[in-house]
Amino acid sequence: MTQLIIISCYLALLLGLGLFSSRLFRGTSKDYMLASHSIGPFLLLMSIFGTTMTAFALVGSTGESFKEGVGVYALLASSSGIIHSLCFFVLGIKLWSLGHKYGYTTQIQFFRDRLQSDRIGLLLFPILVGLVIPYLLIGVMASGSVINGVTQGTFETSFGFDAAVTKGGVPKQLASLVICAVVLIYVFFGGMRGTAWANTFQTIVFMILGVVTFYMIAMKLGGKDTLMESLRAASSEIPREKLIRGAVGDHHGISKLKYFTYMLVPLSVGMFPHVFQHWLTAKNSNAFKLPIIAHPIFIMIVWLPCVLVGVWASSDLFYGQLPAPLKAALDGNPNIVLPLLVKQLAGPMLGGFLTAGILAAIMSSLDSQFLCIGTMFTEDIVKHYVGAEKIDDRRSIVIARAFIILIVAITYGLSLFEPRAVFTLGVWCFSGFSSLFPLILACLYWRKLTKAGAYAAVIAAIGSWSYLFWQSDFAANRGYTVIIPGTDYETMPVATMFLCSTIAMVVVSLMTKPPEEAHLKRFFA
Amino acid sequence: MKYAVWGLVLLLVILHQDNWLWDDATLVGGFMPITLLFHGGLSIAAAFTWFLATKFAWPADVAEPASQGGGEA
Repeated sequence: MTQLIIISCYLALLLGLGLFSSRLFRGTSKDYMLASHSIGPFLLLMSIFGTTMTAFALVGSTGESFKEGVGVYALLASSSGIIHSLCFFVLGIKLWSLGHKYGYTTQIQFFRDRLQSDRIGLLLFPILVGLVIPYLLIGVMASGSVINGVTQGTFETSFGFDAAVTKGGVPKQLASLVICAVVLIYVFFGGMRGTAWANTFQTIVFMILGVVTFYMIAMKLGGKDTLMESLRAASSEIPREKLIRGAVGDHHGISKLKYFTYMLVPLSVGMFPHVFQHWLTAKNSNAFKLPIIAHPIFIMIVWLPCVLVGVWASSDLFYGQLPAPLKAALDGNPNIVLPLLVKQLAGPMLGGFLTAGILAAIMSSLDSQFLCIGTMFTEDIVKHYVGAEKIDDRRSIVIARAFIILIVAITYGLSLFEPRAVFTLGVWCFSGFSSLFPLILACLYWRKLTKAGAYAAVIAAIGSWSYLFWQSDFAANRGYTVIIPGTDYETMPVATMFLCSTIAMVVVSLMTKPPEEAHLKRFFA
Repeated sequence: MKYAVWGLVLLLVILHQDNWLWDDATLVGGFMPITLLFHGGLSIAAAFTWFLATKFAWPADVAEPASQGGGEA
């Protein structure tokens, strides 16, 4: 019950903040979708960081390091610190500048203008939305599971759901509905400004709670008087295979080339439509400096303690002490390791706060994605095809809000079918976005890119993605790798997609007539 | 200086591969796995490199808006 009270208070606080920020709403569609380009460095840093970090940053990082060892940090975190900031620097600033100059709100508006092609929007729209939806589903379903997990044993009623499934907790369906409603309310009323404020608040919450949890677990697990002594005691029992890198990935190690090609995955940030929208909210180009510099440090603050806790949990100090049923549960689902550690070592109060932190990480991604898809439907479909001149500003906001309600309803409806397969789609969605990275880079830096070259890049990216996805048994084969023909060298599927897209784009662009110089002058100084 | 900054970014990518630490199970200070310490340090080095990038490689062709959008959100 303590945990449920803390979660309820947190959600109420969030709603209050969202509704407060809506009082700053200026009543224009530009304000609703882009906060009138008024976001300064701190809010930009917090909102972009909160958007790119999902529940995986807290729960998944601990679970993966419990299973695979400390190499998880190198594979997923330090690479993101380098590559995400690279995307902000190389793409974000230029796109912000062009967006401000030509009035873009969405990625597709930029591509249509730069490539002088209306239909590129029709090709890209289903791809971008299709790659975002599994992420929305993961967030909605994860929030239900988290709340149900921590409230089990609280109620005698099952609220009309299967008692064997709810186990005395808040039913997942009900919990997911509450989370969707909370996010919907503050996005509906506050738009991008409400989202930026809520993201900032939630990012602060999950970062602080992550560090506090680390301290509590270190002291309890180590069992000594000082933090340093406890850290040493906790680390002394880590199994050797969890300390070396050969242990990372698929239970039998990862090859060095596959590890290298994994670095292409974080390039996906450059093509996330919701990150694009956040970039456009910046007040000026200087607002990018803080996010570019601080993003790697923020990743470290969240990920490093979680990875250390994960490997501690794999030692005899924790795993070795567990009864057989709990060991089996952990082996089956390593992502429960952090909630389990907190439950066993820290009690209901910290458990409640940690749950609030996990929900904060989930919701700070969901809000941007909901707003972004609503904006894309409004701008790229309705206003583009009906005619922007026929839809006044006020009606634009009404349409965007209607689409946001629709997207939330559809996502929630899909989550009720519990498509568990979406959890394996994560890296495939990222890879799909990464395979489109060469296109956005070329749009900004390569004058010889042609419309035909852009189509070739998109078709090659999605064609190779579909083929490899099929080869992996639709993501059922989690360790699927592409082996370079004639060798034993393993690579991540994203490397093949990236290569296909780049080659197709370059070859077709060089074979076709480049754009007019007058047009290029609009994009190249 | 601009090229030196991009050289540092390339160096970060190379250092990220850290083949020399793959089988090293040392606990630095008795509690910190050396791989984790190295990659934590790489995150800090990345932040410093991007700081240098904002100082010495900032794009010159970025057009700032005439109005600043009516104040901070």
